[in-house]
Amino acid sequence: MRYSFLSVLKNGLTGQSGWKPAWRDAAPRPAYDVIIVGGGGHGLATAFYLASEHGLRNIAVLEKGHIGSGNAGRNTTIIRSNYLLPGNEPFYEWSMKLWEGLEQALNYNAMVSQRGILNLYHSDAQRDAYARRGNAMRLAGADSELLDREGVRAMYPFLDFDNARFPIQGGLAQRRGGTARHDAVVWGYARAADQLGVDIVQNCEVTGFLTEGDAIVGVETSRGAIRAKKVGLAVAGSSSRVAKQAGLRLPMESHVLQAFVSEGLKPLVDGVITFGAGHFYISQSDKGGLVFGGDIDGYNSYAQRGNLPVVEDVAESGMALMPRIGRLRLLRMWGGIMDMSMDGSPIIDRTPRAGLYLNSGWCYGGFKATPASGWCFAHLLATDTPHATGTAFRLDRFRTGHLIDEKGVGAQPNLH
Amino acid sequence: MRIPCPYCGARDASEFAYLGDATLTRPDPAAPDADEAFHAYVYLRDNPAGAHSEWWYHSGGCRRWVKVARDTTSHAIAGAELAGGAR
Repeated sequence: MRYSFLSVLKNGLTGQSGWKPAWRDAAPRPAYDVIIVGGGGHGLATAFYLASEHGLRNIAVLEKGHIGSGNAGRNTTIIRSNYLLPGNEPFYEWSMKLWEGLEQALNYNAMVSQRGILNLYHSDAQRDAYARRGNAMRLAGADSELLDREGVRAMYPFLDFDNARFPIQGGLAQRRGGTARHDAVVWGYARAADQLGVDIVQNCEVTGFLTEGDAIVGVETSRGAIRAKKVGLAVAGSSSRVAKQAGLRLPMESHVLQAFVSEGLKPLVDGVITFGAGHFYISQSDKGGLVFGGDIDGYNSYAQRGNLPVVEDVAESGMALMPRIGRLRLLRMWGGIMDMSMDGSPIIDRTPRAGLYLNSGWCYGGFKATPASGWCFAHLLATDTPHATGTAFRLDRFRTGHLIDEKGVGAQPNLH
Repeated sequence: MRIPCPYCGARDASEFAYLGDATLTRPDPAAPDADEAFHAYVYLRDNPAGAHSEWWYHSGGCRRWVKVARDTTSHAIAGAELAGGAR
């Protein structure tokens, strides 16, 4: 059923009795053309674009739990394309363009809200770096605007401009950035992919691979063996574990990132603000809670919970930015497992095993990339060539030295 | 998370800086396969879910490197020893 004003009206007049489940809970079939492992945003987007852009129909998405129960349901929902390096920025700008047309493409309200993102700077050197970043963004077709102190004050007068240690000098704004409803993105992609015939198979954990010679020709799962011409991995923090079953070692560590939601407030923060002197980002959900987070904990972890030193660090950064949140109570905090790559940038590439494709290394920035990640991975799976915006995300760049290190901190994942 | 530093006793993890996998050994740069070996040494990780041997530097304490055995699924620490053994 297509969602429209008329369908809402009709169901409103008939006791909401006409709604159907948004997607089928499919049982796995013995063989597919393409299997996507991982039913998060990236995996479902990949399946949707494989069907809608490349005309494939015989596709399955395998998810070990329920769809969207991993990082897609655990992030701070920020969308933006404010990267610096040539390998990254065109990709993220393509993602932003896909966000802008997402709800029409999916016929689903993903609550994409271009409320703007503002990165604050606190020193002359940081202003220069942001000016350079803003120019790089414009070169790739994105929007950016360098604001001085008064420009920031006009947007957010309550920030601590005269903080003794980190006075705010200005900010880099991307007004097309903003937030989207993370669960709705998953549900929208799932529904749209399902309508194009994609099987979404939940509670189906991949436990091994079927091989013929060196090639991967399917997967062993908790619900039996399934053959496929191509298998794509989009399993985020579990990438190393799944790839190990295919005999691969990845340039990756899994780390825990925490996020927080406060009690509900009246409208206070109408965009996304990031603190430039620490690592802290904050926005307000439509329900009223302040949604914020900071650094990863910094040690290898597969536990979906973190420790208190990072909580303290996030709280201190928040207080340095906007002291008025000091009396707020936290409603929830949680952790997710990040696929931290060795240069802080993602991988969308073939693997040394024929038939096996990898989409991974999103660090803690995977949500904003969801549409373009799916688009580029679908392009790779369908055509065996990388999409024009994703040519830099090669698996062998760590061997050849073509790293995409936005922060320039080297092969130390807990610093990215 | 408290790390049992063999020299200082159990201390909060925030006193330590994390390096990572302690099972890696620096390859011989003169070996014929040095390119491959260094690629693996610098970039590739087992990244296990479960028992993990890892380096922590006690920067806020004795300033010794500590090799910690920790479970990455539970954060439980099984033991710790000083790099190079006790002195």
